[in-house]
Amino acid sequence: MAEMDTSGGGHKKGPGVKKAKKLSTRVDLTPMVDLGFLLITFFIFTTTMSQPTAMKLILPKDTDKPEEQNKVKASGALTLMLSKNNSIFYYEGELEPTGANFKSTNFKDVRDIIINKKKSTKADDFVVVIKPGPESTYKNTVDILDEMTINEVKRYAMVDLFSIEQQLITASEGGAPMPQPGAAPAAAPAAGQ
Amino acid sequence: MPKFKLPRKSTSVDMTAMCDVAFLLLSFFILTTKFKPAEALAVTTPKSVSTNPAEQKKVVMITMDKKGSIYFSMSDDAAEQKQEVIDKVNELKGLNLTPAEKKSFMRPAAYVGVPFSQLKSYLDQPAETAAKLALPGIPVTDTLNNELAVWVRAAQEAFKGEKMSLLVKGDNEAKYPSFKGVIDAFKKNEIFKFQMITDPEGVPPGTDLYKTREK
Repeated sequence: MAEMDTSGGGHKKGPGVKKAKKLSTRVDLTPMVDLGFLLITFFIFTTTMSQPTAMKLILPKDTDKPEEQNKVKASGALTLMLSKNNSIFYYEGELEPTGANFKSTNFKDVRDIIINKKKSTKADDFVVVIKPGPESTYKNTVDILDEMTINEVKRYAMVDLFSIEQQLITASEGGAPMPQPGAAPAAAPAAGQ
Repeated sequence: MPKFKLPRKSTSVDMTAMCDVAFLLLSFFILTTKFKPAEALAVTTPKSVSTNPAEQKKVVMITMDKKGSIYFSMSDDAAEQKQEVIDKVNELKGLNLTPAEKKSFMRPAAYVGVPFSQLKSYLDQPAETAAKLALPGIPVTDTLNNELAVWVRAAQEAFKGEKMSLLVKGDNEAKYPSFKGVIDAFKKNEIFKFQMITDPEGVPPGTDLYKTREK
């Protein structure tokens, strides 16, 4: 392939005519291959293959009129609270004053919880309430919204944490009842919404 | 014992085929990929299963970096609207921006990440130094003084009657309160629909969405 036919035309040269030394035209292609792969690596690292996608989020309108507000049946609700270090706290239905149904989970297991709750409730009653805490990250929020898409949860809402929930989270995280004195008062005004 | 003599084979391999493959791959990558746009703000977006590609034209982009600072920028194809936005902001906030300062907002890929009080001095900076500054971000966490709301309002008016793509691009590590501030800024302007830029991700098998997409 990378060589040329150099074997003369076949005619014989006369005596005394010095035969030119036959030089091989075979080229060593190794450096060229090296260069080729170097460029490939360069292009792989500097370019983007996948286009970024966009995730739609439609917010409800804040309203004070009770007739415009969506009613949520307490029994069909699943409340997920996002906290620091990718942890999730959740409870089904209404929060018991003793905090007995207040449980913790993580992003791996939350899918099963959502699926189970979805199966055990009527489709019309099922609603997921997402409450991202001040310590949760944007990734957590997007992940949990994505989880809604993955599990085809039709109704979900993003709400602020109530101060009682914030207290329960800090209590179960730190052991001490109030490790962060600033956390609870900061959440208090948000609870009114 | 008969003596065996293995014929000595040359160890040099014909590299031609490999060379062909290398350059074939190279041309493939050059043709199919796009260069990463030079971004002054390093943001790693989260992943989602969403499949619709992000809008590229007439974009109003709100960027949230690692620390949760907010930046406002617009795509360069919307130059007219960009001009209107800076005029509007100037008027609403009484900033007395000079034409030169407004022009610096019109620079390609320009973004704003300062409170209004510092906007004038920020726009006075030449492009090279402005990119290196550590910016505090547009204040959003204070509900009474959500400055992003003013920017969004200006953008909304500039795009009146036209399609505007409102995109939020946030970093994985940004904390939720900043994101909430952004949402509040949208809500104040009666915007209830926006999009978040994410990286594509496969749907986990066995889930409801997976089954729907299979059909």
